[in-house]
Amino acid sequence: MLLLFIAWGPTAPRLADHMALASLPADVQPADDLTRDARLREIRAVADGQSAGAEPAIQAAGKTFAAWRSLAEWGLLVVGLALGALGGFWAYRQLGARFRARNRFETVVKVILIACSTVAILTTVGIVFSVLFETLRFFARYPAWDFLFGLQWSPQTAIREDQVGSSGAFGAVPLFAGTTLIMLIAMLVAGPIGLFSAIYMAEYASRRVRALAKPILEILAGVPTVVFGFFAALTVAPLIRTYGEALGFDVASESALAAGLVMGVMIIPFVSSLSDDIINAVPQSLRDGSYGMGATKAETIKKVVLPAALPGIVSAFMLAISRAVGETMIVVMAAGLSGNLTFNPLEAVTTVTVQIKTLLVGDQEFDSAKTLSAFALGFVLFFFTLMLNIVALRVVRRYREQYD
Amino acid sequence: MTDIAVSARPRAVDLSSDAARRRTRKRYRAEARFRAYGIAAILFALAFLVFLVSDIVIKAIPAFTLNSVALEIEANREDLDPQGTGQPDAIARGDFVAPIRTALQGIFPDAAAERRTRQALNGLISSGGDEEFRKLVVADPSLIGSKLTVPVLLSDDADLFFKGIVTDVDAEVGRGVATPSAVSGDVTILSSANDFANSVVEIKRALSAEARRLRGEVERYQGLLATYSAALTTAQGELAAARVSAPADVPRLEGVVAKLTSDRDSIAGQIQSLGAIAAELETHFTGSGAEPLDEKVPSLLVQINGGVVKVTEASNSRISGTTLIPLQSANEAAAGTWEVVTLSAPEANRKLSDQEVAWLMQLEDEGRVTSGFNWLFFTSGDSREAELAGILGALSGSFYTMIVTLIISLPIGVAAAIYLEEFAPKNAWTDVIEVNINNLAAVPSIIFGLLGLAIFLNFFGLPRSTPLVGGLVLALLVLPTIIIASRAALKAVPPSIREAALGVGASHQQAVFHHVLPLAMPGVLTGTIIGMAHALGETAPLLLIGMIAFIVDVPGGPTDAATVLPVQIFLWSDLPEVGFQAKTAAAIIVLLMFLLVMNGAAITLRKRFERRW
Amino acid sequence: MNDASISASTAAAASATAIPSLVDRPAPAKVVARDVNVFYGDKQALKSVSIDIPERAVTSFIGPSGCGKSTFLRCINRMNDTIEGCRVAGSITIDGADIYDSGLDVVELRARVGMVFQKPNPFPKSIFENVAYGPRIHGLARSKSDLEEVVVTSLKKASLFEEVKDRLAEPGTGLSGGQQQRLCIARAIAVSPEVILMDEPCSALDPIATAKIEELIDELRANFTIIIVTHSMQQAARVSQRTAFFHLGILVETGDTDQIFTNPKDKRTQDYITGRFG
Repeated sequence: MLLLFIAWGPTAPRLADHMALASLPADVQPADDLTRDARLREIRAVADGQSAGAEPAIQAAGKTFAAWRSLAEWGLLVVGLALGALGGFWAYRQLGARFRARNRFETVVKVILIACSTVAILTTVGIVFSVLFETLRFFARYPAWDFLFGLQWSPQTAIREDQVGSSGAFGAVPLFAGTTLIMLIAMLVAGPIGLFSAIYMAEYASRRVRALAKPILEILAGVPTVVFGFFAALTVAPLIRTYGEALGFDVASESALAAGLVMGVMIIPFVSSLSDDIINAVPQSLRDGSYGMGATKAETIKKVVLPAALPGIVSAFMLAISRAVGETMIVVMAAGLSGNLTFNPLEAVTTVTVQIKTLLVGDQEFDSAKTLSAFALGFVLFFFTLMLNIVALRVVRRYREQYD
Repeated sequence: MTDIAVSARPRAVDLSSDAARRRTRKRYRAEARFRAYGIAAILFALAFLVFLVSDIVIKAIPAFTLNSVALEIEANREDLDPQGTGQPDAIARGDFVAPIRTALQGIFPDAAAERRTRQALNGLISSGGDEEFRKLVVADPSLIGSKLTVPVLLSDDADLFFKGIVTDVDAEVGRGVATPSAVSGDVTILSSANDFANSVVEIKRALSAEARRLRGEVERYQGLLATYSAALTTAQGELAAARVSAPADVPRLEGVVAKLTSDRDSIAGQIQSLGAIAAELETHFTGSGAEPLDEKVPSLLVQINGGVVKVTEASNSRISGTTLIPLQSANEAAAGTWEVVTLSAPEANRKLSDQEVAWLMQLEDEGRVTSGFNWLFFTSGDSREAELAGILGALSGSFYTMIVTLIISLPIGVAAAIYLEEFAPKNAWTDVIEVNINNLAAVPSIIFGLLGLAIFLNFFGLPRSTPLVGGLVLALLVLPTIIIASRAALKAVPPSIREAALGVGASHQQAVFHHVLPLAMPGVLTGTIIGMAHALGETAPLLLIGMIAFIVDVPGGPTDAATVLPVQIFLWSDLPEVGFQAKTAAAIIVLLMFLLVMNGAAITLRKRFERRW
Repeated sequence: MNDASISASTAAAASATAIPSLVDRPAPAKVVARDVNVFYGDKQALKSVSIDIPERAVTSFIGPSGCGKSTFLRCINRMNDTIEGCRVAGSITIDGADIYDSGLDVVELRARVGMVFQKPNPFPKSIFENVAYGPRIHGLARSKSDLEEVVVTSLKKASLFEEVKDRLAEPGTGLSGGQQQRLCIARAIAVSPEVILMDEPCSALDPIATAKIEELIDELRANFTIIIVTHSMQQAARVSQRTAFFHLGILVETGDTDQIFTNPKDKRTQDYITGRFG
């Protein structure tokens, strides 16, 4: 019955739309997608009872729509009830003294459990499918090579054929460069600070200090990114601007430095907690061996512990990079919109995630190259972070086995 | 056997010589440095957190109060109940704004005379300012026909003025005796002491600062000019060469030269005009005559004899200007009974004109202005007017979205965890599922938005911008976290419990559901709460599925269009009005409070029920 | 087995490795401990331990599990400092200098007193780097060739060089258990310590590797003072010249190895040696 609902959901409205449009006289038929949607809205309005001021053809179509819609709803109800009744009847037949209820029940339970487990797979499949599908549709209209290697990003599409500005450049290199620039700034902040705080907490800190420091980092990790974005845009960016211009630099009001700095702080807890786990996993016997040689704590950490923990720390950094690259809100609020290809942190750049959001928010025709390019960007983003995550997680797993 | 000469001692290592001591000291210094880096890192994180929180709290403070002005309003029947029914429904639809405006205009009759000033005066009241009044009369229709004193909400700018955000108001009491020349229109005021000297100095300082700034701009432009001129010369050279050797390039190079020429000319023009303005300003503040004031310098007002004069020309002991509020008499004002008021933000930089400030100062002096807690913030939905905007809509939207997320992700997540941990055979397929889940936990959240857009909105045709779809998307986002946390909780239950249950004849499923799961529940719930807290703060995926529209009505259920709190914060942060900035910060504080409570609950749960097996 | 045969066999083993001239003459005490008490929090692990450790000889600490011999060993190079809550009272001197003196540099101490642990713990570095670690951090080698010389000499002294000479760049963790332990010994002697502490160095090794290590210890005692903790009485009898018996945190008896094993003065020692407990 669930499957019935799921299948019914998308198809019934489509059917009703189709029948209503088909019933319109030829001269009122919509010529293209945009008008089609507008017509449909009018028709639906009539069907909902607001028939004032609509043309007679629309009124008639509205009645047809209403008729088909109620047919669909009644149909759903009837078929659903019938199925339910059938199911109940069948179950009743089954019940009897010899019925191994528990076994049946448990089989059903097992099926439910398996189904739930496959939701994760379905999600990934769904992501890949939907994003890939739209990406391929995009590449049908715009060459993939130009997208991946083009240097000009100005996404425009024509609403009408003759509109000026109908040529859009979808070269994504400025976006990749912007993402990389902000990611580098963020890692420059988060890497050393996260690693050193992890080292301090794992090796030097007394229990009291650890009890204070860990919550601080956890709080930092729990702050929503939109709050960081607000802070970056309204406080950090103007501050950088003021100080930068006082020093004589030309600083944009949406500098990459502001966004990167705040993003770096957001990632610190990430790097710190992962590194903390990894450093703690290094066996004490190695440290003892080093202390026994007369090494100081710093020497032991630098020359024995960190090299031993290196694969794990590298993978922690990779996961942090993946997080930085995929982050949206901070850059949307604090970084710019123009596809500026530069590595100067004082200028405004835009990133992949900002463009995905910009292209898809607002009144968009779902089929236009603009919207589809967002999916193409999403695909690149997903692919890149997936690769990073797979490698990083595999390294962490192998590393953990080595010391267990 | 290896050969070791028994007699030869290993090379003596000298560890106590000076060189060795120095080396050791150096090593200890390196140790101390290293340790210091660690402490510095943690302190940096702490400092940033403190900076962040205090900045937001400071920004949020203005949002928690609202200023109202008390007016004596004639609750007349013609406006409030034209049909005379006396029924609350009819009264509620009456015109409550007109009586308020009448009351306000009664305080400033001169302003009411002219249309422009009347409109400005009416603009001091919020568009939702009639709410209080309406509530009173609808609750008690017998009030119609009487005169009521009602607090009326001020508009955004007026409210901000009383919070000190629009401009600093500096009032100096007059030390001398002031003699006005007239009661209204153009007025000259003479002071027996040089009461205006300070203000004149202020003006001159402001002018000189402006001139300096302009000179700085001019310098910057001159630098640019040099660059552009150099580029132009190069381009011209290229053009000349091309004319000779590469005629095909000529049109393109001509275009380049033309563009550079026009750019350079415009920069030169800017330099000229800015230089001229700066020069003009400089003549002002070097001179010593009467200082004319315009809207680009701080405003000067004189409060005297119950009226306010806006100064258009000032010298040390004499000012001339026009009245904003007519004086009650042209008598001398004794020392200490009149004031010189400086508004430090120039009129051109503010949204309130001097006239409006004068009215507001008068209302304040009459004791009509009261400040109350901003309950509207929690009881109303979004609004275009900053003073009326509230988070109730966003809170309800978040509430419904969280419910949907919880209902979907908790059962599915726990079920999947149970299967993977207890029942799944160790084969390649379950490996794939596990790798999948770990990867999904690290996928950027905006990708889930893309998924929601493509599949839930487009393929399934679910309604946009509803908590239903938002909850679905967030459920998928949070699912891996819940699965991983639940698996860890299940793993932590020792096998002896399972074995004991199986020993008494329970089936595997019964053992899991009746014995293992209840013991793992605290861990499961902790993971769920943490996942929910994460979902509460998520913004990006919800933007993509449309929860970004301007929604005024409070949603009634999961299928009404809604927005969520983080998205509301995002939308407000974009708006230029200063009032919205404070509201954004206040909304952030509400969000952080919720998160604090949720995370605190998760931690207490974990501590209370954590069992050491 | 009866008492007499055990004593006879251990006595025979002891005399086989005894070098008469060095053992009969009383050797100068390198490490002197007086009235040492060690506490872990409130629990007392060692009570009033006093002992003289002779120079250039092997002293073994024996006793049942948990009797405090490892704890005492770790006092001598102050490794107990790394354990939270551990408190040491009393005096331990090396060559007359109090090692718990506040002015003493513990880093320097640990260069003079080396340690080999129960489970071989080579660093995850190359064989060369493992041995070079100590000289590097203490700044003992002035040039690269100096360093190479130190490493090669140490490996030779640890009887490991022949086996690894053509794979010095390979990771130390790739060696067998016995080789790893010899690597740790080479690492320890690379800084030319005066005393080497060994905490049950052979308990994780097979008999053949154990035999090799015991041989090595016998060679090393010509130049180093060695203290070895062992739970194998046979090993103690084979390898050491002096033996100290610990029981429940108390040093019960100290003496020449063959005397302890053939004619113990204390009944508890007698009981332990004959296998009544432990």
